[in-house]
Amino acid sequence: MLPAMTDDPFAQFKLTFFEECTELLTDMEQNLGLVESGSFDNETLHAIFRAVHSIKAGADAFSFKRMVAFTHRFEFLLDLLREEKLAVDEPLVDTLFKSFDVLSDLVSFAQNGEEPDAEYGQDALAAIEGYLSGDVGSQPAAEATTDKPVVEEKTDQAVVETADVQSKEEGINHFRIEFTPKEAMYRHANEPLLIIRELMELGEITTTIDTERLPELAKLEPEDAYFSWVFELKTRYGRDDVDEVFEFVIDDCDLTIVTLGDDNEVVSVDVSPGHAGDDDDDFGFFVDDEALKSGVVDANPKPVEEVVAETKPAEVKAPAAAPAATTPAAPTGPTAKAAMPKSASIRVDVDRVDRLVNMVGELVITQSMLAQEVNNSAMDQSSNVTNGMEELSMHIRELQENVMSIRMQPVKSVFARMPRIVRDVSKKVGKKVKLITEGETTEVDKTVIEELADPLTHMIRNSLDHGLETPEERLAAGKGEEGTIRLSAEHRGGRIVIEITDDGRGINREKVLSLAKEKGVVAEDASLSDEEIDNLIFAPGFSTADEVTDLSGRGVGMDVVRRNIQALGGRVSVTSTPGVGARFQLTLPLTLAVLDGMIVGASDEKYVIPINNIIETVRPPSSDVETLIDGNKVIRIRGEYIRVVSVARMFGDVNASNDPSKGLVVLVEADGGKVIGLHVDMLAGQQQVVIKSLETNYRAVKGIASATILGDGSVCLILDIDALARMEVPKIKKPELMADSFVPKQTEQTEMPSAEHLEAVTA
Amino acid sequence: MSKKILAVDDSKTMRDMVSFTLKGAGHDVLLADDGVNALSALTGETVDLIITDINMPNMNGIELVEKLRADPRFRATPILILTTESDDGLKQRGRAAGATGWIVKPFVPEKLLKVVDKVCA
Repeated sequence: MLPAMTDDPFAQFKLTFFEECTELLTDMEQNLGLVESGSFDNETLHAIFRAVHSIKAGADAFSFKRMVAFTHRFEFLLDLLREEKLAVDEPLVDTLFKSFDVLSDLVSFAQNGEEPDAEYGQDALAAIEGYLSGDVGSQPAAEATTDKPVVEEKTDQAVVETADVQSKEEGINHFRIEFTPKEAMYRHANEPLLIIRELMELGEITTTIDTERLPELAKLEPEDAYFSWVFELKTRYGRDDVDEVFEFVIDDCDLTIVTLGDDNEVVSVDVSPGHAGDDDDDFGFFVDDEALKSGVVDANPKPVEEVVAETKPAEVKAPAAAPAATTPAAPTGPTAKAAMPKSASIRVDVDRVDRLVNMVGELVITQSMLAQEVNNSAMDQSSNVTNGMEELSMHIRELQENVMSIRMQPVKSVFARMPRIVRDVSKKVGKKVKLITEGETTEVDKTVIEELADPLTHMIRNSLDHGLETPEERLAAGKGEEGTIRLSAEHRGGRIVIEITDDGRGINREKVLSLAKEKGVVAEDASLSDEEIDNLIFAPGFSTADEVTDLSGRGVGMDVVRRNIQALGGRVSVTSTPGVGARFQLTLPLTLAVLDGMIVGASDEKYVIPINNIIETVRPPSSDVETLIDGNKVIRIRGEYIRVVSVARMFGDVNASNDPSKGLVVLVEADGGKVIGLHVDMLAGQQQVVIKSLETNYRAVKGIASATILGDGSVCLILDIDALARMEVPKIKKPELMADSFVPKQTEQTEMPSAEHLEAVTA
Repeated sequence: MSKKILAVDDSKTMRDMVSFTLKGAGHDVLLADDGVNALSALTGETVDLIITDINMPNMNGIELVEKLRADPRFRATPILILTTESDDGLKQRGRAAGATGWIVKPFVPEKLLKVVDKVCA
């Protein structure tokens, strides 16, 4: 009947608990941010309290003692806060954040199975205790009415009596129980017959029922209590177990338990508080139902106050039931339901989702393979097979979108961490900052989310450290003392665009350019557009701070950010207006699993160019093609020269044509708005392709982002446009002049894996 | 005897643990994450027992008990509240609202099942 019991039957729920902790902590951090900014209401405070309360309950269940102890005190502090007994000021906010950090760490410790030092978290705890001891009278209501001494006293009695009874170990205990339910017992849905049933399970019982109070039928109130019982119980169990039977009803009945000795002499008599009535102050905590039900303490403060007075002499102010007054009115009806989509969700192991995504990917490939066969089979275009294929393709596309959406998560989880960073950093650098976040509900693939936190953190720090001015500088520049950083996310053209905008000083182009020249990032005589100069800050090893700060200096600056973003198939760029501010823009694919691509042919190979990079395709007349000294070509488009890369030559076919006018040029936009032309032979069509990692199945190849499998089963490589734009084109003549001095020099050789080999490894 | 039981808790961990314990003993379990959703789960549905947490968003456990007791359909349905040891005040408020009994968190499975048997006919 019982579930299988191991040492810890709930061990399997630890994972859920930690996941829940992560969610609760994320929300909590966001709510703390609201508290700090002053834009919070009572529900914000309740939510913070509930988070800590839930973590405590879980921690208790899994015996994470440190966490329980800490949350216990933290909870008191939050209780004071939600009861509005503490003013929200900076020291308090600091304490809250510090406590939040400790709690987060304790969760991590527990998750990793580590035990923090005894000292750990003591400072936060001391800060909490400072608030708690400073306001004894306003101890949380729950605690104030706990009247521990009374409870303990009662327990002590029970222990003593039990000891008494159990001195007759092995023997049979004999109790006489007089039990008279009150009407309240039925109101609580307690059933006397169930009590009797439970008593019978304890041992041998003789029941005498007193029906004297039973009125005639006409006067009988169906929900009133009319019977009394007297039980003679002979049991192996002790007094504790008898008490437990009446645990829930002790307030709602008259109960006398007489312990009888061997010769039926009375050993002890216990009368229930209900029966004892008002003269028994020891049991003051069994407050009259009606008084409590009213929810208004003042209506009947006496019993509560007496109890509290025992616990905490003199300083009692407003104990008991107060939380009821501050609990916001519960929303009801359909609107309230709509606001809570949570209950309709389930938690699924990520592995399972990934397997599903993979399977759908295979399905897409199989489907396009079939579609190609049908197309080649000269079948009637209106035949059932062709129509069926079309429908199948539609359904699969829809299935794929739905499956992908399972992995989508709002960026909120990452955005929520930023207020904290802004807070910490702005304190360190002595700047005043307001962080505005927008579009937190924008969804993006889980993998992208996970990889987003580091770059975003770094960029926010960068904006704070380098972008924004000190309050004095701002005032001098005629700006408000407080700077603004705006963090926003939105969907745009099948990608997610995240922007970090600050109203600081903008990028100092002069300084950036001279530093770049000094460091050899660009040639001494390079002439660059403003935009190109701004984007130099992403160049490897670049740091613009006068001195390296411990925040965003150390040379591992924005180039790392760019690399991280690129690894996700994203792009990052900056636009800046000196004196007005800078805007960093991250563009990322919504998913890393599929890609809309243009399939192009070059020599005998096919490649995929991501649609998002493509600007236009041109067939340049030979008059627009110029040859550079190294033999490479540029084409002139609307008065601008654009470097052309021959895809076939790039990937090893040295005999391929180098004349763009004989083929097609696909203009693609790379990182930072840089445009290059890709010389190909033909366009084979647009298609959604399933991304297969090249690294996992083969190894990384420069200029190739990943691979896919086409409808005919052949492996096709997806071009990495950003890498191609940075790569040096194989020289056709001996170089004497570089066409584009802005491109960082790279010397790596590209190596082309054979398609046959790939087929073997990715199939 | 198998019972149909509604368990209400905003903590997924707690819901899982309660549900696991009850199902292991052969009971049918419905779940809700706050008072409002508990009430909607009970629309057109009756249960043998309701177990509810107290601290929950939107509608807390006390309000839920009050609402249920005001509904003739649930006047006689046993309701257990889940409380922590230090929440004696809440325990009392739960009782005042009409709760049948309580379960102290953290609970051991045997205790939970025993209490369920205790209040269910």
